[in-house]
Amino acid sequence: MDTAFLLNGETVRVRAEPTRTLLDWLREERGLKGSKEGCNEGDCGACTVMVTDAAGSRALNACILMLPQVQGKAVRTVEGIAGPGGTLHPVQRAMVEKHGSQCGFCTPGFIVSMAVAHLNGQTDHDDRLAGNLCRCTGYAPIVRAAEAAAAEPVPEWMRTDGVALGGGGLHPSCGDVRMVSETHLDAFLPQSADELAAWYLANPDAVLVAGATDVGLWVTKQLRDLPKVAFLNGCADLKGIEAGPETIRFGAGVTMTDVGAAVAESLPSYAELIRRYGSVQVRNAATIGGNIANGSPIGDNPPALMALGATLHLRQGDARREMPVEAFFLDYGKQDRKPGEFVEAVTVPCMAPAFRAYKLSKRFDQDISAVCGAVNVTVNGGRVTSARIAFGGMAGVPKRAAAVESALVGQAWSEATMAAALPAVATDFAPLSDMRASAAYRLEAAQGMLRRYFAEMAGQPVSVLKVRA
Amino acid sequence: MNDLTPSAGQPLPHDSGALHVTGQARYIDDLPVPAGTLHLAFGLSTIARGTVTAMDLTAVRAAPGVVAVLTAEDLPFANDVSPSAHDEPLLTPGPVQYVGQAIFLVVAESHLAARKAARLGKITYAEEVPILTIAEALAANSRFEEGPRIWIKGAVEAALAGAPKRLSGRFAMGGQEHFYLEGQAALALPQEGGDMVIHSSTQHPTEVQHKVAEALGLPMNAVRCEVRRMGGGFGGKESQGNALAVACAVASRATGRACKMRYDRDDDMVITGKRHDFEIAYEVGYDPSGRVLAVDFTQYARCGWSLDLSLPVADRAMLHADNAYLLDHVRITSHRLKTNTASATAYRGFGGPQGMLGMERMMDHLAHVLGMDPVELRRVNFYREAVDVGGGHSALRADSAPPEGISATKKTGTGQRFGGEFSPKAAAQTTPYGMEVTDFILHGLTGKLLESADYAERKSAIAAWNAGSPVLKRGIAFSPVKFGISFTLTHLNQAGALVHVYSDGSIHLNHGGTEMGQGLFLKVAQVAASRFGVDASVVKITATDTGKVPNTSATAASSGSDLNGMAAQVACDAIRARMAECLAGLHQVKAADVVFEGGEVRVGAEVMPFAKAAAVCYVNRVSLSATGFYKTPDLSWDRIRGQGRPFYYFAYGAAVTEVVIDTLTGENRILRADVIHDCGASLNPALDIGQIEGAYVQGAGWLTTEELVWDGKGRLRTHAPSTYKIPACSDRPEVFNVALWDGANRAETVYRSKAVGEPPFMLGISAFLALRDAVSAAGAAWPDLQAPATAEAVLAAVRRARGASA
Repeated sequence: MDTAFLLNGETVRVRAEPTRTLLDWLREERGLKGSKEGCNEGDCGACTVMVTDAAGSRALNACILMLPQVQGKAVRTVEGIAGPGGTLHPVQRAMVEKHGSQCGFCTPGFIVSMAVAHLNGQTDHDDRLAGNLCRCTGYAPIVRAAEAAAAEPVPEWMRTDGVALGGGGLHPSCGDVRMVSETHLDAFLPQSADELAAWYLANPDAVLVAGATDVGLWVTKQLRDLPKVAFLNGCADLKGIEAGPETIRFGAGVTMTDVGAAVAESLPSYAELIRRYGSVQVRNAATIGGNIANGSPIGDNPPALMALGATLHLRQGDARREMPVEAFFLDYGKQDRKPGEFVEAVTVPCMAPAFRAYKLSKRFDQDISAVCGAVNVTVNGGRVTSARIAFGGMAGVPKRAAAVESALVGQAWSEATMAAALPAVATDFAPLSDMRASAAYRLEAAQGMLRRYFAEMAGQPVSVLKVRA
Repeated sequence: MNDLTPSAGQPLPHDSGALHVTGQARYIDDLPVPAGTLHLAFGLSTIARGTVTAMDLTAVRAAPGVVAVLTAEDLPFANDVSPSAHDEPLLTPGPVQYVGQAIFLVVAESHLAARKAARLGKITYAEEVPILTIAEALAANSRFEEGPRIWIKGAVEAALAGAPKRLSGRFAMGGQEHFYLEGQAALALPQEGGDMVIHSSTQHPTEVQHKVAEALGLPMNAVRCEVRRMGGGFGGKESQGNALAVACAVASRATGRACKMRYDRDDDMVITGKRHDFEIAYEVGYDPSGRVLAVDFTQYARCGWSLDLSLPVADRAMLHADNAYLLDHVRITSHRLKTNTASATAYRGFGGPQGMLGMERMMDHLAHVLGMDPVELRRVNFYREAVDVGGGHSALRADSAPPEGISATKKTGTGQRFGGEFSPKAAAQTTPYGMEVTDFILHGLTGKLLESADYAERKSAIAAWNAGSPVLKRGIAFSPVKFGISFTLTHLNQAGALVHVYSDGSIHLNHGGTEMGQGLFLKVAQVAASRFGVDASVVKITATDTGKVPNTSATAASSGSDLNGMAAQVACDAIRARMAECLAGLHQVKAADVVFEGGEVRVGAEVMPFAKAAAVCYVNRVSLSATGFYKTPDLSWDRIRGQGRPFYYFAYGAAVTEVVIDTLTGENRILRADVIHDCGASLNPALDIGQIEGAYVQGAGWLTTEELVWDGKGRLRTHAPSTYKIPACSDRPEVFNVALWDGANRAETVYRSKAVGEPPFMLGISAFLALRDAVSAAGAAWPDLQAPATAEAVLAAVRRARGASA
């Protein structure tokens, strides 16, 4: 299909299979070899590019970004980070001067991530760079470079993509690409939820692609052909965030970056969970709807949303229905979703001062949870009046811990009550052993999270992330 | 150009830095290729052990874009990619020995087409029960060599029997995936007359040349291998690139077209070897003061399906079983076990880290049992400090200014020395393999480190903090490194260089070492620049090329700058001597009065730019090209007896690490690391500190988050960065003080520098020991922490520390 976008300031039109990744096209067709393939699954960041649209500039992994996803946007690769005449960007200069590159293979990706952060004025370097792996330097000189460059002004040329796009978002030279099927794969770029609903009803066998952080791997790793696919990035009305006094309603297409920002003040523990969800590049692509709709047992949003008591909004054609998030997950690989039905939004209660989420993984950043626990216990007059507790990674679906909840409700809120409730974790869950954790450890850690919750509510320090030497 | 400071010793940035940051630095997959270049992928075995009984490749051949499919029968000459024992077929002729073994080779129009087609093979196997674990291999006596290798010093049995106290233990340490960011890759360009040019991401271009020549039935002179740079190596490209280069060569021969192959990351992790995982058992006899009287180590190395480099790796584990401690009575037994898993290979430290961790873990156990400060225990058992630490030989460097720790918040001292408890008249102290230790500096270095890291104060502060923190516990630990420098296969300790001076004064440098990010090219260029008294920018660094410097050793064993720097120096000095002789003759002065310095050449009273001197020499018909050759002196080694001098010298270092753990989940973090490391008189302190920081984090990763998981069928379950977790940015110590020890090498190395690639990797052991210390704040029993110390392993250790039986 045809895709048009700005590439390092120049309009390009591409005719390619709709599932062709931007990275493959850049390297194999365009001859831009600066962006590297390190893993081909969005986990190393060597392919990081900057993508700009109406919402601003962000870092994305080009290896799992399909060409139609950048329709009408501006893409800047490492080749476009230096200025006219080869003037080095401040982060490039600093990386040389601070010895931030050794083998250099990861460096282009770091440079783009650093340039995006520099443009956006972000100085939380560890988080900005969590999606870029380096095996040589131990990161210390890279962070020194990021710190050194932070004081330098943003070069003029880094703002040209935003200027070119104007306020409208899509670049006018890119035209309006909707659906092309002259290749053997069909692809559709709906421009609204209504368009999507009508088309999906007629094409219920299609794959919906929002951020492609999951579907991308079907293509790059499982080498699957996707005969029929719809890209949701054109549906602006799926990206809405409606903040009310007690709830926030997120359109299914809201990225995890934007979810994190929206809950930063009201639900800081949820925001902290999202800070560790994937990496910057993944959160900039992944959507809250996708993380629910894919039905994964190890997604981090569902346990949090269950503990918060969130409501899922589904749509099939013009028919809409809603359900508690936990009702959506029927069994491993099976959700309560009809043919042609899609997740349109999720409504999240945001008055939950006792809500805490805990993510346990081998590595703190950019790792899939072995166990993700979310706990929300309401105590009135010293007694537990309600408990919403959910875990991911403990079963074939993310699931509430019903037995634990009943062991707590009505009891005095005490360490003894919590201790007495712990065995119920084994009633609720019979987890599996896999490469992330053993079954026994998962049970023990889930219980540990419940004990941690009590300790945290009692005011004890419980996070190793907050300890400083 | 009037700066008289020699280039060697300057903290210059990486020569490719500007290319790296702009995306212009080329790796194999970035090279422009001829039209019609084909792409390759292997069809891989899906069982760990058995025999291929039938192969249906119809669907593979019919897949879109497929040009050819090769099997073992299609290989006209050698079907072998082994670096050692000729036991690694490129494509199996039948036997399957691990999951991921190459069975057939797809040649296709695109990388994606090759990958897709490679999955369409229908292979029928006669499956056998695989041998996967150390226990299974021992039970089946599945091993390399006829039995365990055993080295003995002293009378171990008697000393153990006579010791006032004894302690024993056994523990497991995991392997490690290299995770070089650039996966394995090669490109073959067919030449006229059947010759072949190979571009390979390899640490060992000569071996690639050799294996390709064997596979094509050609002499080595018909094959040329070129390596400009690798996107990381870490030992993983010492032998593991052979298969891709040979596959490209045979496919290129078969099709007449250029062929390129790169592994997808998952394939790379499944196919290629990793660090050897080990189990180590120890029995130690000691006295109440903590003095170790006798040790008996048994090392079990899981080598995988082929020999590869496992013998020297296992040898080096034995060679570092003593680490920094003088042992009078010691026995080291090493089992090299053959299993149906990927063939474990070279990885930074090459067995040294495993052997050293065995000793440090034993010391840690002993300190716990004795209730003694672990640092004190170590100091009691250290080798004696070398006499006259800084001045065994005077440095050759004109400027003796100490290299600075550029990232240190606290600098090392500049000459203050800390005396050890040595006696100058004491008898020679020897390692378990009979090598005299004459350059030991860890008493002084340790003293300095404990002071700069505030070890004692922080240890008390941590104890107080822990007393008030029921959930979180902190820990702190020290560990030293003494690492032997030289290839233990003595003949590998040689190198060559080729230097040209052009008539415009520009210099072309080539040598046998490869650049994998470590900055070797720049270090050698700094040596060359120093010999001619010019700026390093005058020296053009060129790709490693078997057509320029032949018969090279792998860039490995940390030896790159020691060997190639010396070879380049010899070549430069030969040209310089010819130039001096010519210029001296023209100006009627002695050749000794011709000085190359500051970009100029002084000939008596005459001063001319180096470029002019080169032009004058050219006109006077002076040869301005020379080769240089170097071999490390004084080595002799009998690996069977375990006796001799395998190493030219030792490199030293030490680290103090502080961690925190969560006793409810086992989650843990490194909070602070302080390092002082010995690079001799550093050739480039910036590069050396870069190596140390990177090595520390990689070493800590090995022992914490990096866990390789195989299932019961021998399938690797952690074959991508989604499941195998190398340290990320926030995993580095938030406080990270790295400084260089400022002493010249006592051995006569290039500019008295020391090798740096591998030794600091083992500083990461301090992180593992600190985690044990933190666990012990939760309970008094020996926690028996296993490596890697994932959150799961730490929580299990907490449970044991609290006295639970499981």
